[in-house]
Amino acid sequence: MTSLSAQWLDRDRRRLILEQSAIGDTIYGILTAACALFVPALVIAIAVAIFAAALPAFAKLGLSIVTSSNWDVAGGHFGAAPAVFGTLVSSAIALVIATPLAIGVAIFLSEFSPAWLRQPVGFLVDLLAAIPSVVYGLWGIFVLIPLLRERVMPFLRDTLHLGATPFFSGAAYGPSMLAAGVILAIMALPYISAVSREVLMAVPRSQREAALALGATRWEMIRDAVVPYARSGIIGGIMLGLGRALGETMAVTMVIGNRPEISASLLAPGYTMASLIANEFSEATNDLHLSALMAVGASLFVITLIVNGIARWLVWSVARTRAK
Amino acid sequence: MRALKLAALMLLAVACAKENASNSTTASSTATSSGGVDLTGAGATFPYPIYSKWFSDYAAQTGVKINYQSIGSGGGIRQLSEETVDFGASDSPMSDAEMAKAKGGPVLHIPTVLGADVVTYNVPGVTAPLKVTPDVIAAIFTGTIKKWNDTRIASLNTGASLPSSDILVVHRSDGSGTTYIFTDYLSTAVPSWKASIGKGKEVKWPVGIGAKGNEGVAGQVKQTPGAIGYVELAYAKQNNLPIAAVRNQAGQFVVASVAGVTAAAAGVARSLPENTDYRISIVNAPGADSYPISSFTWLLVYQHQKDAIKGKKLVDFLNWALTDGEKSAPSLDYAPLPTDMAAKVKARVATVDFSGAK
Repeated sequence: MTSLSAQWLDRDRRRLILEQSAIGDTIYGILTAACALFVPALVIAIAVAIFAAALPAFAKLGLSIVTSSNWDVAGGHFGAAPAVFGTLVSSAIALVIATPLAIGVAIFLSEFSPAWLRQPVGFLVDLLAAIPSVVYGLWGIFVLIPLLRERVMPFLRDTLHLGATPFFSGAAYGPSMLAAGVILAIMALPYISAVSREVLMAVPRSQREAALALGATRWEMIRDAVVPYARSGIIGGIMLGLGRALGETMAVTMVIGNRPEISASLLAPGYTMASLIANEFSEATNDLHLSALMAVGASLFVITLIVNGIARWLVWSVARTRAK
Repeated sequence: MRALKLAALMLLAVACAKENASNSTTASSTATSSGGVDLTGAGATFPYPIYSKWFSDYAAQTGVKINYQSIGSGGGIRQLSEETVDFGASDSPMSDAEMAKAKGGPVLHIPTVLGADVVTYNVPGVTAPLKVTPDVIAAIFTGTIKKWNDTRIASLNTGASLPSSDILVVHRSDGSGTTYIFTDYLSTAVPSWKASIGKGKEVKWPVGIGAKGNEGVAGQVKQTPGAIGYVELAYAKQNNLPIAAVRNQAGQFVVASVAGVTAAAAGVARSLPENTDYRISIVNAPGADSYPISSFTWLLVYQHQKDAIKGKKLVDFLNWALTDGEKSAPSLDYAPLPTDMAAKVKARVATVDFSGAK
């Protein structure tokens, strides 16, 4: 008898404990779900607000906001195609310069660097991300632009005879698409290198040992076993850097020359969508002007989404080819 | 029971507020408020240095605290229209359409001080101030004159050794009152400019590069041999930039100065009609001493003030600014209003009513 009642008691207690933990789980689950839903809700709220404000301009001007090249506030024309072009080209230049450098830094730090050097170099590279963009802009005006104008641009155009191609032709005043690309490269670099370094260090030891056991040299091991393993992570890092480049405002505004014109030459001044908004927003009183700037913001939002979509697809397809 | 308590509390609060109001209207001349901000304003960045000096001087003298946010003329007009600030400030007058949209009724433009744009340049070898005419400025900024040794520049500057290098035009990339004054001047003085480019806080520039802010334009001009740009007088003076002499309507070449700007205002003020609303442009003003690229900057206030206490404080401040405030303007390189004009503007301020307010 006693043993039976003890059994019952035991079962009750067990159920009680189970129920209590179930309540805890529920609360915890609701809390985390709230956190997880809050951020996407915020993004959607921002998008809705921007698109609502942009609606009058889209209704009146249609897609000419992103296809026309005539931006003339006094005349009521709002065509931001040069800014769309500038945003894409300056970010592309930034990635072309930053990616090899950043991956080089990451491979050195994870594979070759002596232990005493790894910490300080990694720290200094990461520190690049902490510099305010207005400081990059000032540095650009007073150091980078004179250097580009007096040394780099004449070298590219005249010494290497690249001036014969449309990409490096024309007068070199300094503020240019090239200057913006270089600034953006420096700003995107720490993001790419930090992520790449982490994923390279996370490659399992067995992967390296297997390559070495097959007779690979150190370089072959990195090229054929380590980097391919980390490839999708590295691409993720590059996309993070690209996101930084697409949205950067202040530093670019200070060095790009703010000229709403599409030019093939990288030595010519250009414009970006973020700079356009930053330049004109505070003094925009006319309703259509304000709405057109919001429409440029909405377009930047869409472009960023598309670029992110492409990045996801790249990561996914890379992962799939590796699985085969 | 609870509702009753609430109602009693609210009654008490209303009674207190009323008492406060009657106190401060009876003893307003000596009233000093304790803590908090009495008036808020927002708008133009160009007069911010002189306004902030005024607000701190005024607070020291009377205890009335004024909070001003220099968010740009556009933002100032928008906030005044929405009645989120007690006064606005702008470097360009509000348009009729903007005035019609203001929720608080008729808006008065109160000119406070004057500013000017100067043409600054970086031409190696030129030491005396470069002389320019409105036509030459327009030709440079539209790209018709491309080289520094162009005969149209050289004929004005005999004896100067002008290089054969290209001219780089630097203009503002952000919307600004500085650009408004500059393009207003060129539209007034050069008919072809009015037809092709027009005036505005931002215009479609045919040539050159854009830089953000006065410091951006000045920095770019300083850095680039062969560059030319326009910045505010106060900024140019404080940074010792080279300043071009501009030929005025009377045919004199004038280097911008506080006196030259006040002279321009006096030249225009003489011919003002009695019932002017002061939304006036003084570019290309008559008079031998007048500097032609100058403009008023305005405080914007509602004629019918809804809050009697704030309305009174605002009017008191405006009267102070137009007398005591004007005296400190030249110390910060702003030109004061001509004295007879300041008196007329005060008569305009007197039309602000706050007695009939609820």
